[in-house]
Amino acid sequence: MQLDSLYQEIILDHYRSPHHAGLADPYDVEVHHVNPSCGDEVTLRVELDGDVVTGVTHQSVGCSISQAATSVMSDLVIGKQVIEGMATYEKFLELMQGRGNVEPDEEVLEDGVAFAGVAQFPARVKCALLGWSAWRDATAQALAKKEGATNV
Amino acid sequence: MSDARTFSSPLDTQSVRADFPILSRVLANDFPLVYLDSANSSQKPRQVVAALEEHYLQHNANVARAMHQLGAEATAAYEGGRDKVAAFIGATNRDEIVFTKNASEALNLAAHTLGASLKPGDEVVISEMEHHSNIVPWQLACERTGATLRWFGVTGEGRLDLSNIEELINERTKIVSLTWVSNALGTINPITSIAEKAHAVGAVMVVDASQAVPQFPVDVSTLGADLLAFTGHKTVGPTGIGVLWGRYDLLASLPPFLGGGEMIEVVRMTGSTYAPPPARFEAGTPPIAQSVGLGAALDYLAGIGMDKIAAHEQAITAYALEGLQTVPGLKILGPTDTVDRGGAISFELDGVHPHDVSTVLDTRGIAVRAGHHCARPVHERFGMQSSTRASFYLYTTPEEIDALVDGLGFVRSFFKVD
Repeated sequence: MQLDSLYQEIILDHYRSPHHAGLADPYDVEVHHVNPSCGDEVTLRVELDGDVVTGVTHQSVGCSISQAATSVMSDLVIGKQVIEGMATYEKFLELMQGRGNVEPDEEVLEDGVAFAGVAQFPARVKCALLGWSAWRDATAQALAKKEGATNV
Repeated sequence: MSDARTFSSPLDTQSVRADFPILSRVLANDFPLVYLDSANSSQKPRQVVAALEEHYLQHNANVARAMHQLGAEATAAYEGGRDKVAAFIGATNRDEIVFTKNASEALNLAAHTLGASLKPGDEVVISEMEHHSNIVPWQLACERTGATLRWFGVTGEGRLDLSNIEELINERTKIVSLTWVSNALGTINPITSIAEKAHAVGAVMVVDASQAVPQFPVDVSTLGADLLAFTGHKTVGPTGIGVLWGRYDLLASLPPFLGGGEMIEVVRMTGSTYAPPPARFEAGTPPIAQSVGLGAALDYLAGIGMDKIAAHEQAITAYALEGLQTVPGLKILGPTDTVDRGGAISFELDGVHPHDVSTVLDTRGIAVRAGHHCARPVHERFGMQSSTRASFYLYTTPEEIDALVDGLGFVRSFFKVD
């Protein structure tokens, strides 16, 4: 229950000036995800080039944790292959569900390591995962769309 | 620190608190619990837990259908809870009390049974300040029947906007369903005068009393409501039990809600006939121990006196409104004075999201609610996505309000919003 471990400076910096905020064109798929229990909402656009994530932009209303996590997530997946981004998500999820017992890998998670403290606040884990769930959904839809187009 | 301000209540809060062991807990980092989330769920006194324990350990059996001695005791205990609820809300007939699992189920029961006779062209009127439980069941009823859902707006001050009431409640209106006390704004609505309008056009008046029954004396014989819902766990009672009160002749005219045991008269493979109220609406094994616990809870509140509890709620709300308004950048959602106002105060704090407010307060032992409080439309009305809510009850002290105000000062400094 240590506040400073939850609200690390990196998180507050991303919250105050989130990266890739503001919806941009062009994009392949747009999704809108909500956290029904608290009302946080994120609209997120994904653009793929083959299996590479070329663009993620978002617009959201929510707490510092959800906004900062969406910002960090965008940095982590842009320019990566979809499969790499999904693997990063698995690492982040493992950290979030680790109740503070997982040592984060800075090589993989970069600024995402700042969220290690969130794992000790179970009520806030869903905040940190909102942007990720939107990105995973949008990316899966974008892949399906491209596959559909190829098959035609 | 907050300045010492005047506070006067007819309740001996310290002796009340002695009945609630949880209020003595010390949480992480040695902060004593400051429980300001009673509009969400109230704490339970020993007397309620003792009644539950006594029932389960000495009298437990199924009701009505069990023909043995324990069955008779359990039936008497369950029905005894019904008598206590009837007396507590001024119902003249115990058969007007239907037990449900919570207030949401009570409102769904109303929407399903009353709503069954709706037709295209009929109108149902609710308001923008309702809890989702008094919005969604009516949206579903209107979707099923082709009826139209309409609603009262909310004024900038957080009151029901009655300016178009003459047009809104008209000859097409069949049901008016309103909250008595808003769970988000704290506003107390003029149910009796609105019920008169509803009755004048032949509509049925449904009242969500979830935040009213815990806070002040309720008398359904003079209120003007035809159906009224509330829940046990907000009235220092157990979870798992809610109440739908209804005028007997109205209940007797309604079709069943859920089908099953005890709600029938005669079942044949070709069709069934149904029991009279309240059994018609209580399919399956009911919340037996919960009825016992709710009865003990209402005895507890009545023993203290609902008039005193209401006066305490007013005093503590006034003290909190005053204290909160000293916090820079804090904006209260809803009325800022205690006129027709209950003991729940939602607010936003400039520059800090409600989740962050509640997390920082939580690390100081202060429990508040953050989010849309199951009332998203009213937040949208005020251009807000969510808010922080502090709510009070008979055990809330002015020192706890001071801790909240100080805690909010700490939140501001932590997030550097000065």
